[in-house]
Amino acid sequence: MNGARRNGPRGPAWTVVGMGLAFAAGAFAQSQGFFEFALENSEDVLRLFVQHVQLVAISSAIAVSVGVPLGILLTRGFMRRFREAILNVLGICQTVPSLAVIAIAMSYLGIGRPTAIFALVVYSLLPIVRNTVAGILDVDPVLLDAGQGMGMTPSQVLFRVELPNALYIILTGIRTSTVINVGTAAMSFLVGGGGLGDLIFTGLAMVDPGIMLAGAVPTAFLAIAMNWAFGRVERLVISKGLIKG
Amino acid sequence: MIELKQVTKIYPGSSTPAVDGVTLTVPKGEVCVFIGSSGCGKTTLMRMINRLIPITSGTIRVNGQDVREMDVIQLRRHIGYVIQQIGLFPHMTVHENIATVPRLLGWSKRQIAERVDELLALVNLEPRVFRGRYPRELSGGQAQRVGVARAMAANPPVMLMDEPFGAIDPINREVLQDEFLKIQEKLRKTIIFITHDIDEAIKMGDKIALLDAGRLVQFGEPEELLTRPKNEFVKSFVGADRVLKRLNLLKARDAMMENPVHCLDTDPSGKVLDGMLEQDLNFLLVTDRNGRLRGYVNASDLRGHTGTVGDLVRPLTLTVRPDQNLKEALSKMLGYDLGILVVVDQEGKMLGVLTTRTLVSLVGETYDERGGHWGKITANGRIL
Repeated sequence: MNGARRNGPRGPAWTVVGMGLAFAAGAFAQSQGFFEFALENSEDVLRLFVQHVQLVAISSAIAVSVGVPLGILLTRGFMRRFREAILNVLGICQTVPSLAVIAIAMSYLGIGRPTAIFALVVYSLLPIVRNTVAGILDVDPVLLDAGQGMGMTPSQVLFRVELPNALYIILTGIRTSTVINVGTAAMSFLVGGGGLGDLIFTGLAMVDPGIMLAGAVPTAFLAIAMNWAFGRVERLVISKGLIKG
Repeated sequence: MIELKQVTKIYPGSSTPAVDGVTLTVPKGEVCVFIGSSGCGKTTLMRMINRLIPITSGTIRVNGQDVREMDVIQLRRHIGYVIQQIGLFPHMTVHENIATVPRLLGWSKRQIAERVDELLALVNLEPRVFRGRYPRELSGGQAQRVGVARAMAANPPVMLMDEPFGAIDPINREVLQDEFLKIQEKLRKTIIFITHDIDEAIKMGDKIALLDAGRLVQFGEPEELLTRPKNEFVKSFVGADRVLKRLNLLKARDAMMENPVHCLDTDPSGKVLDGMLEQDLNFLLVTDRNGRLRGYVNASDLRGHTGTVGDLVRPLTLTVRPDQNLKEALSKMLGYDLGILVVVDQEGKMLGVLTTRTLVSLVGETYDERGGHWGKITANGRIL
């Protein structure tokens, strides 16, 4: 039934629209000299693309490995009173414009990749922590009662009941955070962190759409690809019993 | 065996106890029903047994061991636990759900697979069809069957069931109750069963514990609550129809008159008629040589007939089985305006008869001291 929905009547129509848009964008990019620049400097573009992927991968990996445990911790009894305070602090981090976060990080850590990664981690944390908390709190208390009543230890309740049932919401948080991170990572250039921002900002400064697009198009592509990949992962790791049909 | 001694629960910040000095013993292999209106403390009392709620004072022993001295995780793994909301894990298949406790106990995969199939069969779910399903693919009744199977997975001697059939429609509830009683007859677990439905309590319980405001008001067999309610509260709780409810408890076997007057279908009509006139009978039951019920004959049909009774016998299709309860029997008698109901076994053999009079004398309270029997009341209006 899942397949039927995926290939539903609207599927092919959107594919056609998407292809049309891609064609129009390609034509526009060609007129702006994008292909010319990108092809002539393909090595540079590739290098920066790899740098960009690294920035996103490292910062998101850190954000997940800090954010998910932090989110879990905030749902445990003894940490409950800190939950609101910590979520508020992270909320403020998210409210501050990404540019400002990077600027503030730079004033303490100097320039370079670590500064960029630090700023990106801070900026990606909120959606992950918030969704982890929300996902776990959303698990039906009846399931916890059943698990406890059958003799599960607290960690068995967490890993066998709470996390599998919260997985969808947690993964959505990670997905949102990572996709946003792809865009934010372009700012790394400003603190010497490298990445595709190099081309975007240079292109903007030189008023050269060719250079700018050579950075912007791969960035956009990366964001869309990430989003798609997460969709596949969700389908793989989330229990079929939880998919509402 | 479950022993509660002066068990009390006072929630922090509350001055009145939620459970107040409850003492009772559930013998091994019996079902004890905790009943009372919501807030009476029945769920709190049950949840103290597997220590989901800490005990304030008093002791609870399960099979002789004080639960407070046991490792809480081990305690719970050896007590089956069923709840009204069922609480099947939605991310697990039926197989995985039932396997929960055996997995916690470290059983081998093969052992678990065998046990799961055995339990599914026990609760009337075809293993091949159901073991791979997810809870969202089950009906309410099927889900609760799986819930019961899951609780019994590791073969715990003691089970706690908190309104297990409360969320299931009345027809399926009755089916589940009957199935459960059949299973219980075989397995003989010690069970605490919570309900707020007095009919369910009477049907399921070997003992009933009626609670009110945290206190145990009456504890005893269902029969006892119905016939000797301790006070007005119990009386009103069991209901004004408690006399009728007793019918639920009694089986046709218990109330029937054995070897009722009858004849064989090979008897000559004339002799049978003589006998009927002598005993002032209008109708007579007929069986064959092997004691199987054939039907009945009418005295007026026999008059002047020269053959055997078998030629004139009229069928009697409405009968009861010896293990059917008297409520069903009475319902048949009232529904079809029958004065008697024949109790037959599976082969159709006549075991005895029920009459309205025996039913009334069995369950009715006697008012004889206020003037004895009324005799026959006619429709003749004013007597003088």
